[in-house]
Parts: sequence; structure tokens; C-alpha cells
Amino acid sequence: MFSVLNLYFFSMTTLNSKIPEGNLSEKWTKYRSTVKLVNPANKRKLEVIVVGSGLAGGSAAASLAELGYKVKCFCFQDSPRRAHSIAAQGGINAAKNYKNDGDSVYRLFYDTVKGGDYRAREANVHRLAEVSTQIIDQCVAQGVPFAREYGGLLDNRSFGGTQVERTFYARGQTGQQLLLGAYSALSRQIAHGQVTMYNRHEMLELVIIDGKARGIIARDLVTGELERHFGHAVVLASGGYGNVFFLSTNAMGSNVTANWKAHKKGAFFGNPCFTQIHPTCIPVSGDYQSKLTLMSESLRNDGRVWVPKKQGDLRRPEEIPDEERDYYLERRYPSFGNLVPRDVASRAAKMVCDEGKGVGPSALAVNLDFRDSIKRLGENVIAARYGNLFEMYEKITGENPYKTPMRIYPAVHYTMGGLWVDYELMTTVQGLYAIGECNFSDHGANRLGASALMQGLADGYFVLPYTIGSYLSGDIATKPISTDHASFKEAEDAARERITKFMNNKGTKSVDHFHKELGKIMWNYCGMARNEQGLTKAKKMIADLREEFWKEVKVPGTDKELNPELEKAGRVADFIELGELMVEDALHRRESCGGHFREESQTEEGEAKRDDANFSYVAGWEFTGVGQKANLHKEALVFEEVHPTQRSYK
Amino acid sequence: MSETINLTLKIWRQKNSASAGQFVSYEMPGVSTHMSFLEMMDVLNEKLISKGEEPVAFDHDCREGICGMCSMFISGRAHGKLKGTTTCQLHMRHFADGEIITVEPWRAAPFPVIKDLVVDRTPLDKIIQAGGYVSVNTGSAQDANCLPVPKKDADEAMDAAACIGCGACVAACKNASAMLFLSAKVSQLALLPQGQPERKERILNMLSAHDEAGFGNCTNTGACEAECPKEISISHIARLNREFLGANV
Ligand SMILES: Cc1cc2nc3c(=O)[nH]c(=O)nc-3n(C[C@H](O)[C@H](O)[C@H](O)COP(=O)(O)OP(=O)(O)OC[C@H]3O[C@@H](n4cnc5c(N)ncnc54)[C@H](O)[C@@H]3O)c2cc1C
Ligand code: FES
Repeated sequence: MFSVLNLYFFSMTTLNSKIPEGNLSEKWTKYRSTVKLVNPANKRKLEVIVVGSGLAGGSAAASLAELGYKVKCFCFQDSPRRAHSIAAQGGINAAKNYKNDGDSVYRLFYDTVKGGDYRAREANVHRLAEVSTQIIDQCVAQGVPFAREYGGLLDNRSFGGTQVERTFYARGQTGQQLLLGAYSALSRQIAHGQVTMYNRHEMLELVIIDGKARGIIARDLVTGELERHFGHAVVLASGGYGNVFFLSTNAMGSNVTANWKAHKKGAFFGNPCFTQIHPTCIPVSGDYQSKLTLMSESLRNDGRVWVPKKQGDLRRPEEIPDEERDYYLERRYPSFGNLVPRDVASRAAKMVCDEGKGVGPSALAVNLDFRDSIKRLGENVIAARYGNLFEMYEKITGENPYKTPMRIYPAVHYTMGGLWVDYELMTTVQGLYAIGECNFSDHGANRLGASALMQGLADGYFVLPYTIGSYLSGDIATKPISTDHASFKEAEDAARERITKFMNNKGTKSVDHFHKELGKIMWNYCGMARNEQGLTKAKKMIADLREEFWKEVKVPGTDKELNPELEKAGRVADFIELGELMVEDALHRRESCGGHFREESQTEEGEAKRDDANFSYVAGWEFTGVGQKANLHKEALVFEEVHPTQRSYK
Repeated sequence: MSETINLTLKIWRQKNSASAGQFVSYEMPGVSTHMSFLEMMDVLNEKLISKGEEPVAFDHDCREGICGMCSMFISGRAHGKLKGTTTCQLHMRHFADGEIITVEPWRAAPFPVIKDLVVDRTPLDKIIQAGGYVSVNTGSAQDANCLPVPKKDADEAMDAAACIGCGACVAACKNASAMLFLSAKVSQLALLPQGQPERKERILNMLSAHDEAGFGNCTNTGACEAECPKEISISHIARLNREFLGANV
């Protein structure tokens, strides 16, 4: 206990990001060349728990196992191959400069820092850009069938927020192919006995012993048993928390539970309010809607976004002549046009819909039109590029995008916020790491398209396997701790207590009822535009919802079997608490930056206005109790290389 | 197009792998034709919960037709009658007013039922673990463009790699064979230069894992291709057979 307090005391005063000394471009090389190593004989004695089998978790588990560590990997799906990463469509960035169009590590670094509206840590982003090229090499070597040109070399396309073509892709299924690559590497290690895979398991508690993360409590989702698992270190790779909004493009099971449990045990939460609203999703069609479907951003390469100039124009889009259309992105942002970053495109769509120019039955949609590119390139070229996306759109909406424009509207898509980590990807809990979307690190206040896949794989293949050695090298003498230890028992009791509470609650309302309510509050007050008044109101509303949830939630069945309602109940309970923190964070950040748009802070043209003098920092929140105000810790952002300016895509 | 339809669902309910199951009928009036099949199941479950009954357990996650988690046998067809479509992407506009729809889990010996519509598909992972990979450690790869791959081969490899591992092929096959699944992976790696060094062992090891898991033999009925939501071609099984001959000489 004493050392836990110690750690707290230390963290209260500083948020040390442990950025290595030296020139930006040499930091990582130097770090790698001087970091302490663990010799192979010792690696065999060290056990690492990886929660998650997506791009981040899958690649980390496989790579750590290849190095010789004993790995236990967990996922809640029935197979590691089904992690939410599988759904990524568009592509993955890498500074290969195969197109000879002026790309470089520096440019990728610069674009990412700028795209993130200067709220990311320079050293991390530079490292990300550096290792990006190795990711492509690795994936190709695994047999990932990236798109190729006729000469047999790899093809690239461009994505929002950049002016070079650096995005590698595998049709519209890039995430699937990259994940299957990581899954194949993981499968190989499972076969070798280096990784023990726990499918249909959910982490419900973190175990901390003497201030260090030493294991987890997981529930076997089939039998309902609670299990204790020891690890010398614990790596969270549990993905993003976009489902706090109920409706999002995330998979139904995506959740914050692993992160939140860690947060409650001392891991600070970084920039929780930074969420990405993706501009091109299929609009909501009814109140039974369970999720929103993304239409890849790559479509903006060839699709033109417009609304009728006239309010409430009910003609079919094909009947509206060009002079009566407002191609508002091309008009407002001539140099980036339809390829402005996501936050800018989303807000612009909201703005035209707020002006009454939205299209479709709900008037909450804009057109994404392929007429001109079909004319220019032919239908077959468009089909080759986006065929499966067009099909998916038609399946869902019953309309044919070759003939009539797609209707799109922004939807919650990604969370830049997450557990705060230092340069080594360690959270504020010793020995607890967070990688992939579940950490806060590299995207600042807005993530560029095709950069999440890059970050997940960078963390898992090329960063964590080195940085974890720095910690584990000091732990080689630690023998595996028995799971009879009091801390394991305590954590298991806590998990059991909550489950029992759910089962005995006998309320009157379903879990989904509360999830939808929470989603509405978050979308209305902590969504695309936020203001003091709305956020203050939301804070109270969520606290009330929390109380009602614990009184009225109803979970059928028993806890000793597969019980999807029980799983959801736990996740929603955590989402509610997270929602309160997101609102707190959004309220305190009285500036606009990237995806965080505070209406009080905008330029005359309605663009996000940052306040560098007061907010050039990462907010790291420390948990103090449910319903209690969290403590704010700041990591000042120091820009040595890139000079923050008002972002302009004009 | 009518906006709502009335349906009767006959759903397989089974407490767990040890107990026997049975069909239970549910009336579903006023189903919006814009809903997806799983959204209709959500609505049913909400109703059951409010009546104090147990909701129907089913697997699902992405609801975008890519994770391979959803797996319903709908009126005698894996993922329903719509070609090239997963259960989660199947929309109610494809059903008629008054229709009686049966909903069952995948039925195949290697996939025991866990509960209701949820089955255990881990044997598919076992097949991949037996050799569905290229043995390359992180960090040892050469520059990605060192080895050009003809576009035709890359495209064909991608066709095979599009498999989502849902197991519909197994559920559709009277022999419960996983040959389409297996052949898709073998084919993908056989078409790429990176897959060459382990080409022979791969196929032998994967085939023996397939048989060990209790999947049946392929007798070329073609049901797998017809039901595959990603329309993976049976020509991959033909390639598998050629590869198998090659591996044995
Ligand atoms: C529709 C869509 C399209 C996208 N397209 C792109 C794109 O084109 N390019 C791009 O760069 N990015 C894209 N993204 C973003 C990107 O896909 C994700 O950010 C990224 O894949 C996240 O990977 P991850 O490994 O961090 O997490 P995930 O892939 O979400 O994996 C999370 C893992 O954690 C496990 N898990 C979670 N909680 C628990 C728990 N409590 N216990 C046990 N296991 C748990 C899950 O089972 C899963 O294995 C897209 C996202 C979406 C939603
Ligand atoms: S739920 Fe993912 S494929 Fe259907």
C-alpha cells in the first residue's frame, strides 16, 4: 500500500512523459540503441498479459512471443481474428515515398502534428512516422495482399488532410487484411505454445501489487467463471470508446471497461473529450438503429460533396443543375477541397444542415456524388476502386450510388483520448501499458485518416516490444506471484460484487435503454459542437442517469452462463462514468481544437480557434471516486520542430 | 415498398451445449423494412426482456459484414437467402409480409452449440494455427517493393483473402467440410512469393488439422460457394487439390 501512495504522490506533482534527450529525429534510434535489454534466458521467465487481439494487441502479442516472453492474450470475441480492427476500410499510411511525390518521414510527422491541431507529443509522432515504413515491409512479408500496380509494385492513394499519396490499401478491406496478417503471426505463436489465447474472455479488473500491475481478473464469457491471471506486466490494447455515444461506427462490443478499470486503479485518462466524428457515414434511419456504417473516407478522393443551394430543395439530386448546387468544401477550402481533414469536413456538413440545406428524409445528410468521376474515369474504374463500398451502401439503403449520390452524415468514429502513456507507452501505473486506440498518444485532437492502423501496428510490432524491456529488465528476479495473493482476491471480489448487484437488481429497464439515453446526452451536448451551458447540463443529466441505472437496470438470466445482457450491463455502467469524465474534460478545455469544438472559441469564419497560451497541454485525469470531480494533471506540450499556427486548409 | 411487415419467427432455443434445444415461435408485428435482421432480433430481445423472458443469444459484432461473427441459419440458408450477404447485412426489405422465418445456429459436429444461436468455431482457428501463415518474425522483412507481385496474382490472392471465417461454408455443407475456408488461405499464400518456402508443409499440416477437428471431406457439391457471404470461389478448392498433389510428390 505504501508504494501505491508513493506513486500517487509522485504523479500528483508531475506528468513525466520521459521523452529522450537529443534531436527529434535521433531520439528513437538512440533510445533503441541504449534501452536496457532482457536476455533470452530471462525472457522465458517473464509473463506478459495482453488484453486485446486487434492490430495493436495482436501484433504486440505475436512480437513479444517471438522475442521469447510468455504471453497470455485475451479477447471477448470468439476468435482473435474478429477484433474491431477488422472493419477498417480505407488504408494505412506510411512514409515510403514510392510515388516520388515529395513524401518523407518529416512530412508524415508534420502532417500528423498539424492534423492533430498541435495537441500531440512531437517525439511520439516522429517515432510513429519513422517506423511507418517498416510496418509495410512487415505486412507484405506476412503475405498481406495490398493493392498493386500493373508493374507489380505497391499502389498508393491519398487520404484526407494530406497532399501526397502515402496510403497503402487492400481494396476496401485494409483493416481486415492487416489484422489477418497479425492474426496469422499470433496463430503461429499460439501453435508454438508461446501465446496462450483466451477467446470469449473479458477483463473485469486490474490487479495491482506493491504499486505494480501484476495481473487481471477475467470472466470466461461461456461459463461465467471469474479467473485470476498473473503477468509481470499488463498491456491493454482494448480499442476505443466511441460506443459511449451508443450510435457509432464501432463494433457492437467495443467498450471502455478494461481502460476504465485501469483508470479507477490509478491510470490517468488523457484528453477523454477528444473524439472523432467521421464525415462520411450512412445517416440514421430509425430509432431501432443499432450502429452506424462508415463509408470510407477514400471515397472523398473521387466523390464530390454538395447540398442544394436552396433550403428545403426536395428535387431528386440528379435533377438539380450544377449552378444550383453548393460544393461547399471546394468553395470554402479551395486547396484541399473534398479532402480536408475529418473534423473540418464534419463540422462543415453540420453547418449546412443547420442552415436547412440537408438532404434526404431526415434533412440530416449531404450528397457525396460520383457523377463527375464516373464521367471522367468510367464506371469500371470507380467500381474497381470502391466496388465493395458501393455494394455495402446499396445493401443498407437500397439505393444505387452509381446512379444517384450517396447520402452521408457525420458519425462518431474514433477516440483520440485514452489512457495517458509516456514515451514508453506506460501508463501512470507501473508495469501497465496501453497501446493502439486505447491510449491517448499520437493523434492530438484529431486523427488523420489511415493513421490509426499505422499507430496500432507501430505500437504493437515496433515500439512496445522494445520499451517493455526497459521495465522488465528490472523485474527479472521477480518470481511469478501466486494468484492466491490478497490483491487477486480483492480484485475478484470486486468483480463478483458488481455482477451480483446486476443479477439481484431486478429493475424495470433494459441495459440498452440506458445506453441509448447516455448516447443521446453525449451526442447532443458533447458531440460535434459543445458549449458551457450544454456541457453543464449534460453533467447533471449523466449523474442522474447513473443513479437511475443502478436502481432500474434489469439483467435477465444468470451469471453462470453465456449472458450477453450481463456483459452489456457492465460495459454501460463504465460508459456512464466515462461520459461524466468526458464532459468534465470538454468543459474545462475552453478552446476549440481538432475534433473538440467549443462554440465559444471560433474564428469569424466558424473555424476552430485554439488557445495555445492556456491549453497547449495534455489533460491527464486522475480518478478520485464515482461522482467525484477528477483531479487534473497537465503534461505541457513543447513544440521544438513544428510551430503551431492556425490550421488552414484553404 | 411497404414500410412495415408482420412476421413469425421460429427460433432455435437451447440453454447450453449439454441440454436439448427446440424451436420457439415469436410473433413480430410491425417490423420496419429498413431494419437489418439483427436489429429485428434486438427489437425481439427488448420485448422478451420487458416480459421477463430470456433474450435470444446470438453472435455479432461489427454489423458491417466483415468480422465474421454473425452466424444465423435463416429459413434453411446460411446467412439467409440473399447472395453474398452476411446476416448482419441482410435487411428486412427482402422478406415478405406474413412470412414465417426459421432461425437456427450453424449445425455441424465440429461447431457445438454454446447457447441458442451461438456456436463454438474455434476449430477454424486451429486450422490456421497449423500453418495458415508465413513464418516471418517482426523486424526481419526486406523493403516491401523488393519483390514485385504481378497485379493479377495479387488480386487473386486478395479474392481468397477476403474470407471472413464465419463458417457458413461448413454450415452449408452436408459433410461439414471446411475445405472452402482452408483452401482460401492456402490459395492466398500459394499465389504470393512470400508463401513459397512453406508451401508444401503448409497444406499438409492444415489438412491434417482440418481432419483432426472433425470436419468432413469435400465432395464438390458447391454448397459452400453458393452460401459464402463473400462469394469465395470454389476454384480455390481446385487449387488446393493441385497443391495437395504437388505437396505429395
Ligand atoms: C468502420 C471503421 C473503419 C476504420 N477505417 C480505418 C482506416 O481505414 N484506416 C485507419 O487507420 N483506421 C481506421 N479505423 C480506425 C481503426 O480501425 C481503429 O482505431 C483500430 O483498428 C483500433 O485497433 P486496436 O487494436 O487499438 O483495437 P481493436 O481492434 O478495437 O481491438 C480491441 C481488442 O480488445 C479486446 N477487448 C476489448 N475490451 C476487452 C476486455 N475488457 N477484455 C478482453 N478483451 C477486450 C477486443 O476483443 C479486441 O480484441 C476505422 C475504424 C472504424 C470503426
Ligand atoms: S456482425 Fe460482423 S460480419 Fe456480421
